[in-house]
Amino acid sequence: MNFRVIFDITRTHLTTRIKQSAIAALGVTFGIGTYIIMMSFMTGLNGLLDDMVLNRTPHIHLYNEIKPSPQQPIDFYAPLAGQLNVVHSVKPKRSQVRIHNALPLIAHLEADARVQGVSPQATAKVFYLAGSNELNGIISGIKPLEEMRLFNFDEYILHGSPKDLIRNRNGILLGAGIAKKMSLAPGDRIQVSSTNGGIFPLKIVGIFQTGLAEIDNSQSYVNLKTVQQILGEGSNFISDINVKLWDMEEAASMSKVIGEQFKLTAIDINTANAQFETGTSIRNMISYAVSITLLIVAGFGIYNILNMFIYEKMNDIAILKATGFSGFDVKMIFISQALIIGFIGGILGLLLGYGVSVLIDHTPFETEALPTVKTYPVNFDPLFYIIGISFALVSTFLAGYLPARKAQNIDPVEIIRGQ
Amino acid sequence: MKYILETKGVHKYFREPVLFHVLKNISFGIEEGEFASIMGKSGCGKSTLLYILSTMDTDYEGELYLNNQLLTGRSGTELAQIRNEEIGFVFQFHYLLPEFSVLDNVMLPARKLGKKSHADIKKDALEKLDLLGIKDQAYKKASRISGGQKQRVAIARALINNPKIIMGDEPTGNLDSKNADNVFNIFKRLSEEQKLSLLVVTHDKDFANRTDRIIEMADGEILKNHYHRRLRGQG
Repeated sequence: MNFRVIFDITRTHLTTRIKQSAIAALGVTFGIGTYIIMMSFMTGLNGLLDDMVLNRTPHIHLYNEIKPSPQQPIDFYAPLAGQLNVVHSVKPKRSQVRIHNALPLIAHLEADARVQGVSPQATAKVFYLAGSNELNGIISGIKPLEEMRLFNFDEYILHGSPKDLIRNRNGILLGAGIAKKMSLAPGDRIQVSSTNGGIFPLKIVGIFQTGLAEIDNSQSYVNLKTVQQILGEGSNFISDINVKLWDMEEAASMSKVIGEQFKLTAIDINTANAQFETGTSIRNMISYAVSITLLIVAGFGIYNILNMFIYEKMNDIAILKATGFSGFDVKMIFISQALIIGFIGGILGLLLGYGVSVLIDHTPFETEALPTVKTYPVNFDPLFYIIGISFALVSTFLAGYLPARKAQNIDPVEIIRGQ
Repeated sequence: MKYILETKGVHKYFREPVLFHVLKNISFGIEEGEFASIMGKSGCGKSTLLYILSTMDTDYEGELYLNNQLLTGRSGTELAQIRNEEIGFVFQFHYLLPEFSVLDNVMLPARKLGKKSHADIKKDALEKLDLLGIKDQAYKKASRISGGQKQRVAIARALINNPKIIMGDEPTGNLDSKNADNVFNIFKRLSEEQKLSLLVVTHDKDFANRTDRIIEMADGEILKNHYHRRLRGQG
């Protein structure tokens, strides 16, 4: 094979009708560019939403719910079994808020291979006191490092960092709403009064914001130990256990087993956010469908232009064949034209896609829910670029193949005699 | 008797629109250095015969030999290779690639053959153009030169790989008498000086009369051969 000659012919053909070639290449450019933009932006948004909901929500949430017993004493009385027994005004019995035997339970969960991590919490109802103001609220004791590792806790933090909690045992991360209402800033002091009357001075090490006013106006975070002290309880006082699994799909079955085994209320993430997964996969499907449609349209453009070109170049094809170029050579001339159009168009498409993605990435996007996000989220996954250029080459090859095969099969005698 | 090109019992049928027996039992040969012309009325099958001889048309019965090698039944790629190396073509319409320069047009078949370096091919091509007196047009685009010049470029291209035989389908049919004369003289010179075989289909009686031999065809058969200059082998 003599690729140089074939390439020279290809190049001459492409450069002598630069307009048509450019239009064909632009079709690919827009197809690939849109694919890159759509995928980067869509998966970026998906990632953000995953972050908001999936990554911050525990896969299994364990706690003691206060509720009336489903079985009343009368149900255990044999002579009345099978009859319609009605008990009016059933009240839940007073039981402890804390999880019974929490520390061995945590150790048991952490030993499970399916579990990525366990984060215990203790919650107390308190009054915030600053100057003459009082505000009621909830204070949660956490292990800051675990919360950061498992639930991206640091993404909520406006000022300061969860690590400041570790450095300062009497530190507090205050909800943004509380800080605003009481005119407090990091570095200030705040007093917290518990329901049993004790008053604890705490130092504000940071402000957090979830975007949900109800939470921002009442919730604060401190070290687990601090809450246990405020409540006057020991280090085994734990009211909630949040579990993160390696595989989210196992949450439902595991939560059922744990709930029954330890007589706790266990809520899994799928029950809490059932519609979420569906949304993600539908968004992915739509972006793929649109991109593939665009690329197919671009492919038809190339097919059309090459087809037209082959009709224009019948004489050239006949003369090439008459002077000793084989059908395969002629086919290669046209396939290489299609591939060059695909390659140049594809590379420009990647650049266009990257450029617009960068532009989107720098477009301001402020949302209360995500204090750390300042611009639109864009996913710069190199995989999209690899898929993009591969698709450009494959689709232009296919679009070029049919016209090229037609050129291969042109009978030079018919053309020459037809004159 | 050494034939460059020889046919044995060639039959050809057109199947569309109705079955038609175009060529009937054609057997003849062209010798080395012979300048032969084929004459006949339109539709007598002379062009059809030429395209079979050129190896471009493979749909026939009988046998075709080039240089005593059987060509019948070979693959398209093999035949393309043979056309490239052994056969030169000149057509009525000049059939240059209009977007390429004159020089590129002449060089293409040699570059396809790929036996010489680019520089050697270029030197050869300029020599051939010089031989035909159009070296000064070498760097012009093929679409920018006159009809007579185009035909001479086509001859230069036919010569580039030093073929055994040159075939022409009315190579002067589209030229005025002065240019036609010019082309004839070039052919004559090639046949005499370089011992090149030539086979030309023509309508032009004057042209045919000056060739070595006229093969007269009618209704798909060779009627007779008129020899104007007998070569040794045909004594």
